[in-house]
Amino acid sequence: MTSVSSSSEFQHQHHFKSAEHQYASSKQGIWLFLCTEILMFGGLFVGYLIYHSLYPTVFKNGSETLDWKMGAVNTVVLLVSSFTMAAAINYVQRGLHKIAAIMLALTIACAGAFMVIKYFEYSHKFHVGTVPGKFSLVDPTCGAGGKRAECESKISALLKNPAELEKNHVNAEEVARLKAVISQPKWEMFYGFYFVMTGLHGIHVVAGALLIFWIFIKTLRRKVGPEYYTPVEGVGLFWHVVDLVWIYLFPLLYLVG
Amino acid sequence: MSSAHTKTEHGHTDHNYLNHGSGIWSWMTTLDHKRIGLMYFATVSTLFLIGGFFALGIRLHLAKFGAEPLLDPDTYNKFMTFHGAIMVFMVIIPGIPAFLGNFVLPIQLGAKDVAFPRLNLASYYIFIAGAAIAASSMVFNQVDTGWTFYTPYSTAKTSNGVILLVLGAFTMGFSSILTGLNFIVTTHKLRAPGMTMDRIPLMIWALYSTSIIQILATPILAITLLLIGAEKTLGVGIFDPDLGGDPVLFQHFFWFYSHPAVYIMILPAMGVISELITAFSKKTIFGYRAIAYSSVAIAAVSFLVWGHHMFVSGQSTLAGIVFSIITMFVGVPTAIKLFNWISTMYRGTVTFEAPMLFALGFMFLFTIGGLTGVFLASTGMDVHFHDTYFVVAHFHYVMVGGTLMALMGGIFYWFPKMFGRMTSDLGGRISWVLIFTGFNVTFFPQFVLGAMGMPRRYFDYLPEYTNLNQISTVGSWLIGLGFLVGLITIIHGIFKGEKASDNPWGAKTLEWQTSSPPPHENFINTPTVTAGPYDFR
Ligand code: HEM
Ligand SMILES: [Cu+2]
Repeated sequence: MTSVSSSSEFQHQHHFKSAEHQYASSKQGIWLFLCTEILMFGGLFVGYLIYHSLYPTVFKNGSETLDWKMGAVNTVVLLVSSFTMAAAINYVQRGLHKIAAIMLALTIACAGAFMVIKYFEYSHKFHVGTVPGKFSLVDPTCGAGGKRAECESKISALLKNPAELEKNHVNAEEVARLKAVISQPKWEMFYGFYFVMTGLHGIHVVAGALLIFWIFIKTLRRKVGPEYYTPVEGVGLFWHVVDLVWIYLFPLLYLVG
Repeated sequence: MSSAHTKTEHGHTDHNYLNHGSGIWSWMTTLDHKRIGLMYFATVSTLFLIGGFFALGIRLHLAKFGAEPLLDPDTYNKFMTFHGAIMVFMVIIPGIPAFLGNFVLPIQLGAKDVAFPRLNLASYYIFIAGAAIAASSMVFNQVDTGWTFYTPYSTAKTSNGVILLVLGAFTMGFSSILTGLNFIVTTHKLRAPGMTMDRIPLMIWALYSTSIIQILATPILAITLLLIGAEKTLGVGIFDPDLGGDPVLFQHFFWFYSHPAVYIMILPAMGVISELITAFSKKTIFGYRAIAYSSVAIAAVSFLVWGHHMFVSGQSTLAGIVFSIITMFVGVPTAIKLFNWISTMYRGTVTFEAPMLFALGFMFLFTIGGLTGVFLASTGMDVHFHDTYFVVAHFHYVMVGGTLMALMGGIFYWFPKMFGRMTSDLGGRISWVLIFTGFNVTFFPQFVLGAMGMPRRYFDYLPEYTNLNQISTVGSWLIGLGFLVGLITIIHGIFKGEKASDNPWGAKTLEWQTSSPPPHENFINTPTVTAGPYDFR
């Protein structure tokens, strides 16, 4: 990677000795922050592993109701976005602002695509009722409290109604999977984790997209370039961590039965 | 310790950080770490008064002086929750690092500012936002869970106000992380020429270790609080046993943060004490390296002992024994510090100005707090003492007797640097006598009450506990009075105090080599360091 050249164009802040000094400090700060992000998701992963070992069948059946194809597409989308992000950093460093901006725009587009796919996944779960806790089975009175039996008969009824299923894109195979899930006690646990983990990750995707938009503007205005690209690199590192978290989430939620 | 070309002739220059820009707006948008430190000072003091109001309310109620109880049970629980939450999240945790640390860390390193001044200001506003969100729960939907938010009570039973309090704590945690991150990078990258890592003042070592804890522990609290929020809003049952969750998991998560958090509270205090002891003994600190590395050791061990809060939660006997033994290890680095401070005073030229009194108060009270901690770390005894007033006395000795004493000492010590004026030493000493006496009168009886079996967090108690409770309440007024005198002394000092010289205590660390108050960029010329920080004799 190219190193920063302290050109006269870029003024480093008064308390640093040089642009290199400022760059090295900023980079350390960004890495420390990313450690805290990883630790925060780490807490969720620990919880997931504990409950996975407590309720293996619930988690196995639950993960089979997720659409691994959508998850896989999303994984590819994020990997591509990581690539375009890395390319953008490289182009900014080389002073190729136009193509750098294009790469950033592509990254934002990938983030958008990711969220759209997530939207389809989420809304499907809302239709069939495999949503977290309180909202289980669409009916807000279901889930928590003593209404389990009622709710479960409701989802069974839903699953017996072919017209309704057709409308919600549920086929026979999925009906079988859903039945396997709701026959287990504590099945909402899996969806609790699914929604919290992907939800928190989704928030990070949106935050990342906003940050990328911010440096996209900076790039267009040529506020960043070969002599100063710390924000581009920082946002890029953040984006890679968002990607990395998904790389762990995908197999854990969708593939590990 | 450094070449003296930064000194000015007359003790202070006309141009300093306080008059560098004027008006409220210049303060609110300042990027100067010294001003941000003072803004934390004002904020934390205000919150301390509110937290103290709740404390006195609780104590007044428990004295049962009148025929009618002062508070109804529900209000009592809310008072206790707000007292605890304010004192922990808004006073003791940000107190020393964000206020004193912000003020002195860059100057002690010979830096012009922290590494990320804008982030520093942002952390301040994030803190304010967090405090405001948390405080809004007082208005909208009060919380009665205690500051620990134990599940399933907090998730399944009580009001939705918990969401606000938890969100506020989450936000303040974010601020804490950013401050810690800023300090670490500043310490790594902005030391003056010649300031090697084994020449940084012990205050910096303490803040540095604290920052490591802030970065490693706070994210776990963050996710735990988010999960509580998710349980309240979405009903995901990760902690609620009705839904298949495990409330004990919450305790593991919570204490994995909150035990290290007690070192976020106490390590900076120990840093302050190291500075005070050398300055008022006029002697090189004994065992610089031992004190420095013991801070790091305490930080490291602090992550392995959370289970001592859960001896009676049904964890396995083996886990209990292991946590008990590791907990006792914390005593080693702590004792190292204490012995080194005492050795430093031995044959030193010790004087007893107000800051030094607070330092001695710290050593005395913290020792009691620490020793009673060993009782609680013994699994057998903890079964007896768990959730009794013994615990209340223990953590007040550590947190108030330890941290708050150091904070007061630090304020009186650095006051001349902050404002270019001296506080009245008499005022400081009176404040100390009142706080120190009042403190022991308040909390020592609570050890006895706890040993007798009075449970904590209860609204009422058996008649045989009455006398000791009344003594305790009288003590709490003395403490309140002591802080009032302290506050008056400080305010008087700000406006009417005598002009301070650059180095009124004759200390050796870098902040005393610049003018009082320092210029906007701390030093006229960047100092060059040629020796260790406590080069007395
Ligand atoms: C005038 C000084 C103070 C008095 C009289 C006082 C009194 C009390 C009392 C009576 C309780 C209730 C104990 C229980 O039933 O569990 C309590 C709890 C607590 N206090 Fe203080 N306190 C004082 C200062 C402080 C300070 C400065 C701190 C900050 C470090 C603090 C931290 C706490 C905490 C964390 C709790 C536990 C709250 C909970 O259980 O949720 N106190 N205090
Ligand atoms: Cu602990």
